[in-house]
Amino acid sequence: MLRNIIVTMKVTPKPEEIVFDPVTKTVDRSKASNEINPADKNALETALQLKDKYGGKVIVVSMGPPFWEPFIKLAIAMGADDAILISDRALAGSDTLPTSLALAKAISKIGDYDIILTGEESSDGGTGQVPPGIAAWLGIPHVTFASQIEMMEKGRARVKRTIKGGYEILEVETPFLASIELGCNTPRFPDFRRKRWAEREFKLKVWTLADLGLSPEEVGFKGSATTVETLIERKPPERLKRKITGPPEDIAEELARILKSLI
Amino acid sequence: MTLNIWVFIEQDEGVIEESSLGILSRAREVAEEKGGHVTGVLLGSNVAGEASRIGKYGAHKVIVVEDPILAYYHSEAYAQVMESLIKERDPDILLASATRNGRDLLGRLAVIFKTGLQAHVIHFEVDREGYLVGHVPGFGGNIVAVVKNVKGRPQMATVALGVFRAQELWGEAEVEILQGRLDPSKFKVRRVEVVRRGAVDISKSKRVVVAGMGTGGDLKLTSELAKLLGADIGVTRPLADIGAAPRDIQIGSTGVSLKADLALVLGASGAPHFVSGIRDVKTVIAVNKDPEAPMLEYSDYYAVGDLFEILPRLIEKLKR
Ligand SMILES: Cc1cc2nc3c(=O)[nH]c(=O)nc-3n(C[C@H](O)[C@H](O)[C@H](O)COP(=O)(O)OP(=O)(O)OC[C@H]3O[C@@H](n4cnc5c(N)ncnc54)[C@H](O)[C@@H]3O)c2cc1C
Ligand SMILES: Nc1ncnc2c1ncn2[C@@H]1O[C@H](COP(=O)(O)O)[C@@H](O)[C@H]1O
Repeated sequence: MLRNIIVTMKVTPKPEEIVFDPVTKTVDRSKASNEINPADKNALETALQLKDKYGGKVIVVSMGPPFWEPFIKLAIAMGADDAILISDRALAGSDTLPTSLALAKAISKIGDYDIILTGEESSDGGTGQVPPGIAAWLGIPHVTFASQIEMMEKGRARVKRTIKGGYEILEVETPFLASIELGCNTPRFPDFRRKRWAEREFKLKVWTLADLGLSPEEVGFKGSATTVETLIERKPPERLKRKITGPPEDIAEELARILKSLI
Repeated sequence: MTLNIWVFIEQDEGVIEESSLGILSRAREVAEEKGGHVTGVLLGSNVAGEASRIGKYGAHKVIVVEDPILAYYHSEAYAQVMESLIKERDPDILLASATRNGRDLLGRLAVIFKTGLQAHVIHFEVDREGYLVGHVPGFGGNIVAVVKNVKGRPQMATVALGVFRAQELWGEAEVEILQGRLDPSKFKVRRVEVVRRGAVDISKSKRVVVAGMGTGGDLKLTSELAKLLGADIGVTRPLADIGAAPRDIQIGSTGVSLKADLALVLGASGAPHFVSGIRDVKTVIAVNKDPEAPMLEYSDYYAVGDLFEILPRLIEKLKR
């Protein structure tokens, strides 16, 4: 029987819907639709499979604004047992250092965990730095880019990690953290009845800095070790965008001609 | 005060990761501009022989730490060795390649030293006050944040793969060899198996045929076409996810960035995370049955139609 399995989860805007304003040099996320960070869905699925096999309680931890609540409820509908949202105005502007700190504090407060699962990286920031960061704050081992976890005899797990040219199998002692590879499994759909229950009755716990014993100086802009000076748009190169249409035979003919001229 | 820049030289079973050498060359340029000193840090087992040749890529000095456990990347062992080296020598800046292992290591070290870490920068310099300033791409690569490290030492960054060329412009490095003396029984992680298919590097291929989900995961037509064009094969991320192709030939923000003259992209929608991997390709030709997929924006030629109808005919014509 596993103890708590903790899944960190964030909500990210769809990258194709982000608009950059070159005048104000700001990113407008307001028109983009949001989703559970794709890799975190894979992490949640991994956690639920572990629970199905070895027992335990799956608890989602998220650090973000209140509007994330419906997405967290979606994770509950998928099968998570409980969820905590760390939300506090002072957290705005946190880089990966205070982000991993706040998540680690919340995880310590939940306590009694065997496994912490994160996504390999987030689809907006995409640093992949938060997972090893959390493990460092907690002083536990970590495995990044994991695609499979199996429990062995008491207190040990076998983790498959992607490496250049293939993979390695690592044996790790619990408690440990693993960042889960994007796309390594197919996240289950939310259960319809559970979804209705989550929306109407599930009570999301919201923790503030005070609940974590953190001061405003340790997080947000003040607690971060990096600052963003400015944003630059990096436009993709201009392309010809020449459409080739017609019956397949003609298209093939035209493609062959273009290809032959290029090689 | 001289600026003391360290570059983590990644190796696996004695084979040095080339992207680390490119970072050395860039670090040396920065050092020469600012009056600094570049040290390569090489952890491994029986790798000392490699050390002096690293000088020509820009290292003034190479610190080698030898231990059997360090033969391949081990998260705990590497973090422990780096932590004690950094505590002892106090470098100003630590850079590593943004490989899986580089990100794993620096992600942990940054918290240990409570310092700033910039992710997969595509450019870096050091400003007048000695702060590391790097360009960090986000949202799949179309927006770049200019990020400055303001707190903590050493200032850290991982560097995106393939942005800096390894240049053989300098001489021999001074080499210092240390023994790791690590106790394997202390570690909580242990490698029990490794499986390698042999990594193919398509980052420098001249021509690449890229298969997307539109191929259904069957690479037969793609391979045939690649052979006729003298091209290598690449895939979009979902194909690597389903195991249709190895991760090493996946193109995009979480894969390889191509530098090819020609990319023929078959049945890919053109998602931001994918197209960031083909921005440096000279000519992009796409085949897609959707006349308006985002891929159109990123193509020079965009053939509208079913690839299963077009490709066999194209193959016939190329054979002639
Ligand atoms: C954090 C993060 C990182 C990511 N990193 C990467 C990355 O590095 N690389 C990457 O590729 N993706 C990456 N992705 C995934 C990316 O967002 C897209 O999901 C992916 O690129 C889509 O792959 P695709 O174009 O092959 O498939 P789809 O989006 O499913 O597109 C398939 C296309 O094929 C066309 N098609 C279908 N059938 C046919 C046919 N018979 N003939 C012709 N055309 C046909 C369709 O019209 C469609 O446009 C990442 C995502 C996240 C969240
Ligand atoms: N604000 C956050 N709340 C919860 N989890 C997070 C947060 N930021 C990062 N993570 C976790 O860390 C992983 C890697 O994120 P990143 O380091 O930002 O690329 C994500 O997939 C999440 O699982």
